[in-house]
Amino acid sequence: MEKDPVVTKRVDEFLEIFKKGEEFTKDLLRENEKLRFRVAQLEEAALSSAVEEKIRLYEERIKKLEEEINSLKERYLKVEEENRDFASKYVEVEDINNALANLYVASYQLHSTLDFDEVLRIIIEIVINLIGAEAFAVLLIDDKTNDIVPVAADGIPLESVPKAKISEGIIGSVAKEGESYFSADITGGGDVADGLPIVCIALKIKEHVIGVIAIYSLLTQKEGFTNVDYELFNLLAGHAATAIFSARLYTQSERKLTTIQSFLELLKEKPKR
Amino acid sequence: MPSILVVEDSPTMRQLITFAMKRIANAKVIEATDGVDALKKLSSEKIDLILADINMPVMDGLKLVSLVKNNQSYKDIPVIIITTEGAKEDKERALAIGANAYLAKPIQTQELIKLVNSFIGS
Repeated sequence: MEKDPVVTKRVDEFLEIFKKGEEFTKDLLRENEKLRFRVAQLEEAALSSAVEEKIRLYEERIKKLEEEINSLKERYLKVEEENRDFASKYVEVEDINNALANLYVASYQLHSTLDFDEVLRIIIEIVINLIGAEAFAVLLIDDKTNDIVPVAADGIPLESVPKAKISEGIIGSVAKEGESYFSADITGGGDVADGLPIVCIALKIKEHVIGVIAIYSLLTQKEGFTNVDYELFNLLAGHAATAIFSARLYTQSERKLTTIQSFLELLKEKPKR
Repeated sequence: MPSILVVEDSPTMRQLITFAMKRIANAKVIEATDGVDALKKLSSEKIDLILADINMPVMDGLKLVSLVKNNQSYKDIPVIIITTEGAKEDKERALAIGANAYLAKPIQTQELIKLVNSFIGS
């Protein structure tokens, strides 16, 4: 069968058009592939830039937090330092408080009586309990003989304490000068018989010395003197002296009053005869 | 409110210890001048802690500790000895009798407050 040329031409034309369509389609598919690849590339770029942005933000945040931590650490150290400072100040205030309590009690007790023997007892209590002395004596200046005479003692018999003369030895010098004496070595103890105390406190009213407290040894647990002890020595120097002086005056005035009263009684009785 | 019995013949020390004890919040301080006086106070008051000296007239601190620790009603009351006797053997003797703690004079107030707080948990 012979092919119709017209049909053949048409078929060829159709095939040509079809081929062109096929090529065009293939081109479109290639272009589409390229575009897809490009889109994917762009999406990836966008994504990575978003991540980078996030990382940058997180880094900034971390930096800020680190700065905050450092500042908090600094603040903490500062507060810790302040705390230590407060703690040491608290201890200091407590020490002062305790010292003041000791001084208050000592002074309160010294002036709580006008009885001479009781004043001596209180002085002894203070020297034992608050200072920690083991052996000591209270010596007073006898205005008539000018001797320094022992009137009370603890830890040693009163009779074993010798009298002292003004200006002679440690006790005599303290009584004359009014300056308290502290031995460089307090641990070894002094010598009672030789009149060698380790501490000798002048009992004085203003500049007038009325006697001394001579300490010969300290309690075994007492290793040395603290600031409170020196404050107590100062307090004893003044307050014990005034307490002794007042008690003596009161005793004398009481005695005089009794004598006068007895004398008046006698006078009253006379007219009856 | 914890009650502290201070047994001390020296008025100076009694006042000083009482002063220190009053700094412990809400502590009630009862004073006794010797062991016999302390036993009277123990029978009439509720006591949470005893602070006692050793050298006292009428009845000393060691005798008091011994009586307290051998009495069913008082044996659980902690006793702190405060004394001038600072030798090791004195301390051991007091602790052997039943004293709970031992402080040698002259006392450091802070140390005493700390010790008292450790017993009455103030």
